[in-house]
Amino acid sequence: MKITRFLKTILMTDFIGGLLIAIKEIFKSKKTINYPFEKGKISPRYRGEHALRRYPNGEERCIACKLCEAVCPAQAITIESSERTDGSRKTTRYDIDMMKCIYCGLCEESCPVDAIVQGPNFEFSTETREELYYTKEKLLDNGDRWENILAANIKADNPYR
Amino acid sequence: MEYINVIFQEVYKILFLLVPVLVSVAMIVWLDRRVWAFVQKRQGPNVVGPFGLLQSLADALKYIFKEIIIPASSNKIIFILAPIITMTLALIAWAVIPFSESQVLANINVGILYIFAVSSLGVYGIIMGGWASNSKYPFLGSIRSAAQMVSYEVSIGIIIINVLLCVGSLNLNDIVIAQKDMWFIIPLFPMFVIFFISALAETNRPPFDLPEAEAELVAGYQTEYSGMMYAMFWLGEYANILLMCALGSILFLGGWLSPIDLYPFNLIPGAIWLIFKILLLFILFALVKAIVPRYRYDQLMRLGWKIFLPLSLTYVVLTASYLFYFNLLPTI
Repeated sequence: MKITRFLKTILMTDFIGGLLIAIKEIFKSKKTINYPFEKGKISPRYRGEHALRRYPNGEERCIACKLCEAVCPAQAITIESSERTDGSRKTTRYDIDMMKCIYCGLCEESCPVDAIVQGPNFEFSTETREELYYTKEKLLDNGDRWENILAANIKADNPYR
Repeated sequence: MEYINVIFQEVYKILFLLVPVLVSVAMIVWLDRRVWAFVQKRQGPNVVGPFGLLQSLADALKYIFKEIIIPASSNKIIFILAPIITMTLALIAWAVIPFSESQVLANINVGILYIFAVSSLGVYGIIMGGWASNSKYPFLGSIRSAAQMVSYEVSIGIIIINVLLCVGSLNLNDIVIAQKDMWFIIPLFPMFVIFFISALAETNRPPFDLPEAEAELVAGYQTEYSGMMYAMFWLGEYANILLMCALGSILFLGGWLSPIDLYPFNLIPGAIWLIFKILLLFILFALVKAIVPRYRYDQLMRLGWKIFLPLSLTYVVLTASYLFYFNLLPTI
């Protein structure tokens, strides 16, 4: 027992074994991707940047029920609403503080009309803090820009909701 | 007028050596990171330039434009002097490295002694840096580093005695020529292994990177340094690693000699063979960095003083008695 251990130490068998493994690993395929040039696959459930969606006729989906505001654990959402001339209740203000947001997805889950959703975009870093206070215009704009993907994602996730 | 000419010639020669060394230091940092990444199945730096080759230059540019912060409580003169000393000492040792029989900046008779002296002085840069920072982590890091370098210098010195016994000259060119028939790695293989491990310890590479063990010492003696001063430490460190690789290839791998003395290999100039051998050793350095965990401090000291020192001393006795018994002692 002692002699085998002594021989192992002297001949550095463990070290040489490790070296051989390292050399073998060098020629294997890489597990990382070149991020800005290649991107990984994103699940339809991915909780990225928020967006407010519209109906196909251009009407906002949001009915100002304030469920998202109530459920938001970080209290990042602020909603003010009023009655419109046609008698429907709509938001006059819909702000999300993206720095408070913890991207838990509860707003999306609580929304009865699929108005507020979290899209696949995760690259929305800004140079100033102010740009991360999202207003209603910004969120609706996001919704218009990502609508195709958002609708497809909701459809893909539908069987599991 | 004549001496101005001579000075110009010498400066030209020095630049001809120094610029390639500095460029290869930059390249070697890239190679180090790349090999490290590949072993871990990552891509490593691959964006700046082809295959990321210019990554080190981009880093250097960044370091140049960074602010140099000098701590208020530091000893300013020594603080500034430390990285300069480290880098200078790492670079001046290259003066005696022979790239071929004639391509050597200073063909002095005590070349190996000169390298040994200069690389021993390298400890001063680190100690000064750690001391002048006037901060606890750099200080502890520099103490560790000094103890480590001194310990392993001893066994490297005795390993070099082994080689010198077989050569009979301190001139690096003579050492290379003495390996014409057989590289010293064959008769002195155990010494080559110990030399390699000691060189790892000497240059503070993993598994002996205790001076900069980030878990306990932040960054060791480099903690308070920033900007170009940090980059100089870093350059000096890698220049030292290259120097150790060069020394290893000259002492054991036949320096600028070609592996086989046959027709197509003879034509390749010696410098290319030396660079090839240095690269080979360096890739081994980089691989070791990727696979080994860090030594504990007492284990490091035990390895240096209780194992390597007696082992290399025994080998000196063995070599000397073998050479004496078979009457093979070199005649000068």
